[in-house]
Amino acid sequence: MREYIYYPGCSLKGGSRHYEESLLPVFKQLEMELEELQDWNCCGATAYFSVDDTTAAAISGRNLSLAEKTGKNILAPCAGCYLTLKKSNEFLRSGNGRAQKILDGLKSSGIEYNGTIDVKHPLEVIINDIGLEKIKEKVTRPLKELKVACYYGCQLVRPYTDFDDPDYPITLDKLTEAIGAEPVDYTAKTRCCGGSLTGTIEEVGLGLNYVLLKEAKRKGADVISTICPLCLFNLEITQNKIIKKYKDDVKMPILYFSQLMGLAFGIPKEDLGFSRSIISLSSMWEKLEKGGAR
Amino acid sequence: MEIQRKVKYEEELDKNFSKEIKEMSRCEEIDLCIQCGTCSSSCPMAVYMDYPPRKIIAMIKNGFKEEALRSFTIWLCPSCYTCQVRCPAKIKITDVMYALKRKAIEEKIYPSRFSIPVLSQEMYRLIAKHGRNSELWLVVNMYLKSKNPLGLLKMAPMGLSMMKAGRMSLKIEKIRNKKQLRTLLKTVKERAK
Repeated sequence: MREYIYYPGCSLKGGSRHYEESLLPVFKQLEMELEELQDWNCCGATAYFSVDDTTAAAISGRNLSLAEKTGKNILAPCAGCYLTLKKSNEFLRSGNGRAQKILDGLKSSGIEYNGTIDVKHPLEVIINDIGLEKIKEKVTRPLKELKVACYYGCQLVRPYTDFDDPDYPITLDKLTEAIGAEPVDYTAKTRCCGGSLTGTIEEVGLGLNYVLLKEAKRKGADVISTICPLCLFNLEITQNKIIKKYKDDVKMPILYFSQLMGLAFGIPKEDLGFSRSIISLSSMWEKLEKGGAR
Repeated sequence: MEIQRKVKYEEELDKNFSKEIKEMSRCEEIDLCIQCGTCSSSCPMAVYMDYPPRKIIAMIKNGFKEEALRSFTIWLCPSCYTCQVRCPAKIKITDVMYALKRKAIEEKIYPSRFSIPVLSQEMYRLIAKHGRNSELWLVVNMYLKSKNPLGLLKMAPMGLSMMKAGRMSLKIEKIRNKKQLRTLLKTVKERAK
C-alpha cells in the first residue's frame, strides 16, 4: 500500500473544516496518519478550466509536483479537488504536445513533474486499500437505528468511474453499513446539487436541492451523509428557503461520512466538528441515543 | 411589433466555428454526435436552458457561433458530467461546454452582469494573485462585480451563521511561494499558447 499525502484544498480549511476535523482522527485510528502537503495551492475547481485550461493544468501540476517530491500519492477529500487534480494528472501524463509544453514551462519555473503519482479520494482508499473488514474491527459504537441517505454528488463518480458506478454507486452505502447504520435506498444519490450555481442563481439552487432533501425524507432517512464540501454546503444553506418556498418540512442534518465514522469508532463527538453544523442535529442525537450509540 | 426574420441563411453561418471548437482540448469527437438527445434528457439543468445540450452540439456542427456563445446554456452547465458518461458517441460534452465558456470569455460575448462568468473570472484572479481561494472574498467580489449589492445583502444572514460556526473568516488565504506561482503562470502562458 502506497502512502498518502493530504491535500485539503480551500474548503477543508474554510467552510468545511469539520470535514478535516473528522477525517484526520478517523484516519489516525486506521493507522494512517495524514500529513498535509506543504504550501499547496488551490486546485482552481471548475472555474479555472472555464477561463483558461492551460494554466488550470499548470497550477494542478504544481500540486502534483510538490506531492511527487514526498513520494506519496495525493489524498483529496473534496470531490472538486479530486476531479480537478485527477483530470490534470491524466492530461499532463498523456504525452500530448500541449501537455509537454506545460510540463516544460513548469520545469523552467523550478517545478518538475514526472507523472509518477496518483490522486485518490478517502472513500476509495477506505474501500480499496484499508478494506471494510478493518473498518468493522474499529467500530466500538455501531450507529444502530440511524437511517442514512448516502449522497455521492457528481464529481467523485464522474467522469472517472474507476472505483464505483457513475449512476448508482454503492461504496458509501457499504461503508455506512459497516459502521452499523442503515443506508436507505437513495435514488437521488448522484443527482446534481447545483454546485456553484446554487450560490449564483437561487431559483436553480432551491429547485435542485429540494429534490435531494425530499427524496431523502421520502425514504425515511434521518441524515444525509456526503463526501463533498459543496454538496454539504448547498444542502445546508438552502433548507430554510426551501421549507418556506415549497411549504414542505424537509429539515435534515447534513454530515460528512467521516463524522459518522468517527462516532462509530468511539471518538468523542466534540472532536468531530459537529458544532459546525448550521442545521440542528438534535433529531440525530435522539435517534442515536435510542440505538445506544450515545 | 417588429417583424424579424427568425431563420438564418446558410451564408450567415460561421463555417469555421466547428473546426475552431474541435481544435480545443477534449472536443475532437463532436462530429460523432447522432443527435439522440441522451445528454438533454440526462441534464439536471436542461429545464432552465435556452438550448439543451443536444442543440448546442448541433449548433457547433452547423456554425451557429453567435447563438452558441451567447446562450445561457454554457454557463448553466454545473459540470456534473452526467451527459458525458452517458453519451453513446463518447463526446466529452462537459468539456465542450468548458471550451465554449472559454471562447465566450475570449470574445467577450457572455450575458453582461451575469454572475456565473464573473464568479469564474474572480476565482481565476484570486488564485493567480494569492495561490489560494478565500471563500468569503470570492463571494463578496462576485456580487460587487456583477453589480448586485442587494444579492450580497440577502446572503448576509447565511454568512453570519457560517461565521458563528467558525466556517467563514475575513482572512485572505495565501501560499508562501507566490513568486514561484507567478513565474509558473507567466512561463506556461508564453510556452503553451
